[in-house]
Amino acid sequence: MTVLSDTALAPAEQARAAAVRPRRWGSWYVAEHRIRAIQSYYKTLLFTAIGSPFMYLFALGVGLATLVDKNSGGAFSGASYLAFVAPALICSAAVTAAVEECTYPILMGFKWNAIFYGMNAAPLTGRQIVNGVFLAVIARILPTTIIFFLVMLVFGAVPSPWGWLNVPIATLTGMSFGVVIASYMATVETDAGQPAFIQRFIIAPLLLFSGTFFPLDSMPVYLQWIGWISPLWHGTQLGRDVSYGQVEPGWLIAVHIVYPLALCVFGWVRTQQVVTKRLNK
Amino acid sequence: MPAPVITAVDLTKKYKDFTAVDGISFEIAPGEAFGFLGPNGAGKSTTMRMIGAVSTRTSGELDILGLDPNQNGPEIRSQLGVVPQQDNLDMELRVRDNLIVYGRYFGMSRADCARKADELLDFAQLSDRSKAKVDDLSGGMKRRLTIARSLMNDPRILLLDEPTTGLDPQARHILWDRLFRLKEQGTTLVLTTHYMDEAEQLCDRLVVVDKGTIMAEGSPAALIAEYSTREVVELRFGSDRNAVVAAELEGVGERIEVLPDRILIYSNDGEAELAEVVRRGLEPITSLVRRSSLEDVFLRLTGRSLIE
Repeated sequence: MTVLSDTALAPAEQARAAAVRPRRWGSWYVAEHRIRAIQSYYKTLLFTAIGSPFMYLFALGVGLATLVDKNSGGAFSGASYLAFVAPALICSAAVTAAVEECTYPILMGFKWNAIFYGMNAAPLTGRQIVNGVFLAVIARILPTTIIFFLVMLVFGAVPSPWGWLNVPIATLTGMSFGVVIASYMATVETDAGQPAFIQRFIIAPLLLFSGTFFPLDSMPVYLQWIGWISPLWHGTQLGRDVSYGQVEPGWLIAVHIVYPLALCVFGWVRTQQVVTKRLNK
Repeated sequence: MPAPVITAVDLTKKYKDFTAVDGISFEIAPGEAFGFLGPNGAGKSTTMRMIGAVSTRTSGELDILGLDPNQNGPEIRSQLGVVPQQDNLDMELRVRDNLIVYGRYFGMSRADCARKADELLDFAQLSDRSKAKVDDLSGGMKRRLTIARSLMNDPRILLLDEPTTGLDPQARHILWDRLFRLKEQGTTLVLTTHYMDEAEQLCDRLVVVDKGTIMAEGSPAALIAEYSTREVVELRFGSDRNAVVAAELEGVGERIEVLPDRILIYSNDGEAELAEVVRRGLEPITSLVRRSSLEDVFLRLTGRSLIE
């Protein structure tokens, strides 16, 4: 009998040993997979990452700025329009990249490129799959914001030595958008143009009305709530605080930090729940 | 008999009002090739997902390698190879990279993944396509790549859900050949199919499932011996005449089955029955004497054809 129970136990013990690494590192394996996939179109990404800051900073920070700076009347706490608009642009670039990586890849992972089911058939859990996908999103937007920041330096858009904090701030802002959108995309069963809808009717308006191109308080009061709910406004304001010393009360700075962080936690956990449930059919 | 690698007792899966798997029990021995034969919607894939430790059972007991999938999903899955009904390869990656990222999921080192990937590309006869895009592969090649991927972790148990559905005959035979080799190496194969020839070729033992329940269990030969005759005569009189002619065939063979497109006569001597049909002056448009198959077993058990 002893011999029999030994042979019966052996496979279970082997299985336990084999699952140790996947249980511990599974999220990183998924991130590694996604980064490998993203690498296949890195040339386009690199071109966009370098080209778009030059384009936007030149058009708005140099072109439009010549007009604005003459008539601003000190609306930007004494800073140039270039310094005012640059933190908003770096945040928008991060948001755009994050939303890209959190819409189609999530939708596809369940559908046309159903890799999530493949990952789940291996030892990985839904939670690890979500972690890995989000880690890869960070790996995608971090270089984007670093390149953007370097171009900002080239344009002389960052007067303060603390300006480099724009990189983590923009990354956080991008993620706070991305993960919340991912938590919704994970529930979508059929593609009825949701990603395009999100881009046009959520991202675009928020980009326009989040104090991006002009201060939020210059908008009518009944529209200012848009800025308050938009992580883009909070990220942008924080970026301005560190970029050229725009002065805001401590409690407001705290809101700018806590709100995007809270969205990140909510979106991240929610996506884990949705994905786990959807995989377990 | 060695301890089973999979034991299911009263295994049940319900989705709201619908019962997909209705209290099935079975045991699968190590090294065995075990099949679930049944039509679409019989509950085969749901059963496979429960065995694959990705779908939580509603009730009943399920033991895989001495572990409970509810508690030890990742542990069980570390020992499985899974070939799903629909390929879920990553179209964004190239052929070889698909294998490498998959090996990483099991905690294999990059060097081991690369070595194993090359070995399996060879096994799957895809070495010359290793840098190709997955999208450019034919259906049979994608299937072989999926099988290669499922072998990255040297699984104890290989789960194959409809492995050859949608493949042309040549691709099926290549695939069967590869599966035979795995079986020879001692891998436990668990497969679902609605192709009787596939079940007969690959399975040591199978269960016939319909509407979430097990109708019969045994080796292909034993099932045929128990539920059918040695031979079958297939007669076609034209779809409007089959039912009329059937009445005139009384007493021919052990049993007669009238289908919309043909009449089946079950007998141990098909040629003799065909001679009797001709003697009675009935002239079928086509006639065929063949050996009994699992299709006949299924027809006998459920009154329906496997592929509808």
